[in-house]
Amino acid sequence: MTSSQYKVIGSRPLRPDGVDKVTGRAVYGADVKLPGMLHGKILRSPHAHARIVSIDVSAAQALPGVRAVVTARELPSVGDTVTDLGESVVNLRYMSNNILAHDKVLYHGHAIAAVAADNPHIAEEAARLIKVTYEVLPHVLDGRAAMAANAPILLPDLRTNELGKQGSSQTNVAEHIRHQRGDLAAGFAAADVIVEREFHTATVHQGYVEPHAAVALWNEDDQILVWCSTQGSFGVQEQMAELLQVPPSRVVVTPTEIGGGFGGKNSVYLEPVAALLSRKAGHRPVKMTMTRAEVLFGTGPTSGSYIRVKMGATRDGTLTAAEAEMIYEAGAFPGSPVGAGCGVLFGPYKLENVQVDGYDVVVNRPKSAAYRAPGGTNAAFAAEAVVDELTEKLGIDPIAFRLHNAVREGDRRADGPELPRIGFIETLEAARDHAHYSAPLPGKQRGRGVAAGFWFNWGGKSSASASVNADGTVNLVEGSTDIGGSRASLAMQLAETLGIPYADIRPQVVGTAGVGYNEGTYGSRTTFSTGWAVYELGKKILDEMRQRAATHWDVPVDGVTVQDGTFAHNGDSMSFRELAGQLEVPVSVSASVFPSGFGPSFAVHIVDVEVDVETGKVEILRYTAVQDVGKAIHPAYVEGQLQGGAAQGVGWALNEEYVYDDKGRLVNASLLDYRMPTALDLPMIDTVLVEVANPGHPYGVRGVGEVPIVPPAAALANAIYQATGVRMTELPMSPARVSAALLAAAVPA
Amino acid sequence: MKSRVIVSTTINGEPTEFLCEPRQSLLEVLRDVLGLTGAKEGCNNGNCGACNVLMDGVLVNSCLVLGVEAESHRIETVEGLAVNGKLHPLQQKFLEHAALQCGICTPGFLLSAKALLDHNPDPSEAEVRHWLAGNLCRCTGYDKIVRAVLDAADSA
Amino acid sequence: MQQFRYIRAHNVEHAATLLLQHDGRARILAGGTDLIVALRERRLETELVIDIKGIPEVSELSFDPVEGLRIGSSVPCHRIYNDATIVAKYPGLIDAASLIGGIQIQGRASLGGNLCNASPAADSIPALIVHGAICDIALPQTRRRVPVEAFCTAPGKTVLERGEFLASLHLPPPPPGFGAAYLRFIPRNEMDIAVVGVGASVQLDESRQRITAARIALGAVAPTPLFVQEAGDALIGAEPGDEAFARAAAIAQAAARPISDMRGTAEHRRHLVGVLTRRALAIAVERARK
Repeated sequence: MTSSQYKVIGSRPLRPDGVDKVTGRAVYGADVKLPGMLHGKILRSPHAHARIVSIDVSAAQALPGVRAVVTARELPSVGDTVTDLGESVVNLRYMSNNILAHDKVLYHGHAIAAVAADNPHIAEEAARLIKVTYEVLPHVLDGRAAMAANAPILLPDLRTNELGKQGSSQTNVAEHIRHQRGDLAAGFAAADVIVEREFHTATVHQGYVEPHAAVALWNEDDQILVWCSTQGSFGVQEQMAELLQVPPSRVVVTPTEIGGGFGGKNSVYLEPVAALLSRKAGHRPVKMTMTRAEVLFGTGPTSGSYIRVKMGATRDGTLTAAEAEMIYEAGAFPGSPVGAGCGVLFGPYKLENVQVDGYDVVVNRPKSAAYRAPGGTNAAFAAEAVVDELTEKLGIDPIAFRLHNAVREGDRRADGPELPRIGFIETLEAARDHAHYSAPLPGKQRGRGVAAGFWFNWGGKSSASASVNADGTVNLVEGSTDIGGSRASLAMQLAETLGIPYADIRPQVVGTAGVGYNEGTYGSRTTFSTGWAVYELGKKILDEMRQRAATHWDVPVDGVTVQDGTFAHNGDSMSFRELAGQLEVPVSVSASVFPSGFGPSFAVHIVDVEVDVETGKVEILRYTAVQDVGKAIHPAYVEGQLQGGAAQGVGWALNEEYVYDDKGRLVNASLLDYRMPTALDLPMIDTVLVEVANPGHPYGVRGVGEVPIVPPAAALANAIYQATGVRMTELPMSPARVSAALLAAAVPA
Repeated sequence: MKSRVIVSTTINGEPTEFLCEPRQSLLEVLRDVLGLTGAKEGCNNGNCGACNVLMDGVLVNSCLVLGVEAESHRIETVEGLAVNGKLHPLQQKFLEHAALQCGICTPGFLLSAKALLDHNPDPSEAEVRHWLAGNLCRCTGYDKIVRAVLDAADSA
Repeated sequence: MQQFRYIRAHNVEHAATLLLQHDGRARILAGGTDLIVALRERRLETELVIDIKGIPEVSELSFDPVEGLRIGSSVPCHRIYNDATIVAKYPGLIDAASLIGGIQIQGRASLGGNLCNASPAADSIPALIVHGAICDIALPQTRRRVPVEAFCTAPGKTVLERGEFLASLHLPPPPPGFGAAYLRFIPRNEMDIAVVGVGASVQLDESRQRITAARIALGAVAPTPLFVQEAGDALIGAEPGDEAFARAAAIAQAAARPISDMRGTAEHRRHLVGVLTRRALAIAVERARK
């Protein structure tokens, strides 16, 4: 189907929630205010690793205006239940331990206790009055150091899941996974060129501008009401039910607008604590918001990693074998995205002989959470740099090399599955043919880099409902948090299906009490899966409306046709609006889906840099992101995903990192020193939307949100190499690191 | 010791009196006392711009101004941008250019952009980027924001 | 945040008297961009905040061809760089004033506050030093004057004694043939604290071919901003150019005592001192010749 066959899809209408968001009227997590509301505050660990000897809350409790103090004692004990949080899997016992430390603090900033008081200032004052006695323990921050025999043990009960078998001794290695196929030795023996390199990447944070915020009310009837900024209200409901050991039906979650998530707002942090405080404070609502420092201390981040990659190719540029070892720092509890990293690593390439070993390792850093294509940026940084070096050694154009080895429909991924129709070839061709790729780049210390990226995407469960109003408009009720314009992309799919104008769809995001089950907004799934649910709604409405038209005309329903919002029979016709105005019994429908036809996404990024070789600073001159987007429902918001992902990738690549002191304390927990890119650090980001329709979706939709963060770090490293002749193998490629590398290589100014 | 102070200001053109503690920031006063929650707290130390407002026409972080300092000053917030039911051209251009995704940084960007255009009605792309560098956006990569501001300047 | 009282001072004497009465338990509020954060994060404790922005003298900004520039200690940066005369006469100062924080910080933050905050990395201090700025310090009854390079004594510490506060800064009028520049290195292009800052000023002779005096000051490479007199003195009599600049840069590098922290490594900082000193001198000379 070509785009001209669509009336709504592919256009760029204003978003339905736009006016609320440009007038300051939209209600975000911290904007919720309830009668009688108290304010909560969390006390956090000053140590990286310590046993909690005692907690004395008496002084805090005695402060006027304090209404409740809670510690982990108030949390019910939960067993080892593993739950899927969307892009990350967690053990609930560990999650409970992360909400409020049980007997040990495992990272600087680990939550220990919380206070509810009449205002935030009193709560803060009271939290400072809680006396905790610690027995400080040795800490370990680095994944490889944590794997050493004499490393401090974080979780005494942890045993390695060693390729499916449970280990028997204490360890910090939660899991060792392996993807293996073919004959590695034979593959490398067949290679004319082999490149093997080691890479390091730092811990980085999602960096959403809105800090976590939640209000909870534990009612006298044991119903728990939660208002919060979350990527998924049903996920909050499930986690609350498990952590507080109450039936899920007793937890009602109403999502507010969300100020960014990027994977980091799937887990609960404040919600269960606010609920416990509410119950203890006489069933008054309790609001909790994090400071920016708390966000950096206690939420996110994504894993730092060590990756070793070895790849071989023949003289004609055919990859013959690839091998890698990936060690991902999970933070204080298991659950790094190393599994996904293992899949992303060689995802773009056809490989017969391949082995990837991944290790999930606990260290004294915050528990990692999903971050946009979790694990993918680390992996691509390593693999795409090695690919770049191979192309250089072979004297083959980087895009030509990738085209030669690119996966196509029917190829098997290193991690097993066979690929459906994908658009990697088309994406590579679009990058090759783009003016940027062949533009001259004159000037000293300038270079152009290119890198590819792969991401799985996800489908997942979605539900939605709709009702036809008498004026011909349609209310769309959905449960997918709108982070980046999905109200628009969903309303457009419904309008397209119904054949009515976009403006006639009235979308609304509701919580757990208002719609069927929805997974969260993660995995690039909303426009795909919820879009599919919305498509089903449209079909159901049309079926029902055809029935009504048939009744109206007193003809068999088979004879009633509907096209472009007009119902017709034998010369009689009625618009959707006319029919809607004549309905005696209202029309309302609902749909739930769990589609599996999401296909992976591929991206190719091209970047030009100039390196100030005297200072080590990298300036981005030009950036182009090319991506197979399936079908762009709302191209402006699709472009926005590519641009935003690229910008986050640039931050990760150049300056963002968690910096610790020798006591394991995070020293840069502010937006001053955790350096995310500003408007002055980036050029315009050109986008090319390659549309290879996904056959697994009625409108060809493919997830677009995550893959754009996969290539940037690798593309920048490759560009820096072209500019200076030095290969950077550690993220971030900060001025200090680039300068040191240039000085070591004696690169002249 | 009196713990609270009466402050007289003008907010979005309306003479406004409020009662606050000296330790409450202008941001807290706007949000918690006056119910003007358009200004957002993103960092509370002047590094994200989400709380930006205009004070006597000068762009400031409202988290770095005490509520009591607003005495006799003129404050403009995002709630005052649209006049008589008509969006400010910047608001309109932000919508048309899809210059917001999650929207949390948008009020701060709008105030910064307004201050820029009041000061320099025809900025270059570099000037826009420099002026907006104190506002962090994590969703858009700034491309569409910069275009929206340039377009608003062009159409003014 | 901690509780405190707030008083608007009417004049210099009022503010100094309040300070003296509260003996270490009061803080001066100018732009507030450092103080409010420090109070919120409990890096400072106070019982009283004294707002000096209503005092005419400390909010005065004036230039006189004979007396030079007088900057009240609460004058925000944006007033300084929006003044065409100051832009023309004090380019090094303008470099600094227009890169402290972002635009919205510059709407409030004052050079006086930046100086009193006494951060080793403060952008305005090297610039003030190379412009030869003098601090006018107020007590209830008297005044004393201290050159900026002698004002900071340790990170967060200054020569201010009990009851004293900074009323204004005085910069001499620049003679013809004078040029100055301030450069800082930051990982991003805005919003960062200097990894290294370098201020440089030069006085050229009538032919503009020879340096008759020069000043070089460094930020973020010692516990206080560092005036490296010998680096400037090494340029006296020299012809401006790469060779002379490199000589001064080497002296500046030798004087730097950088540490490694979250903002940069000692090695990188020492290296940057050399790069930025050369670059700042080149700009200062270019400006001196205009």
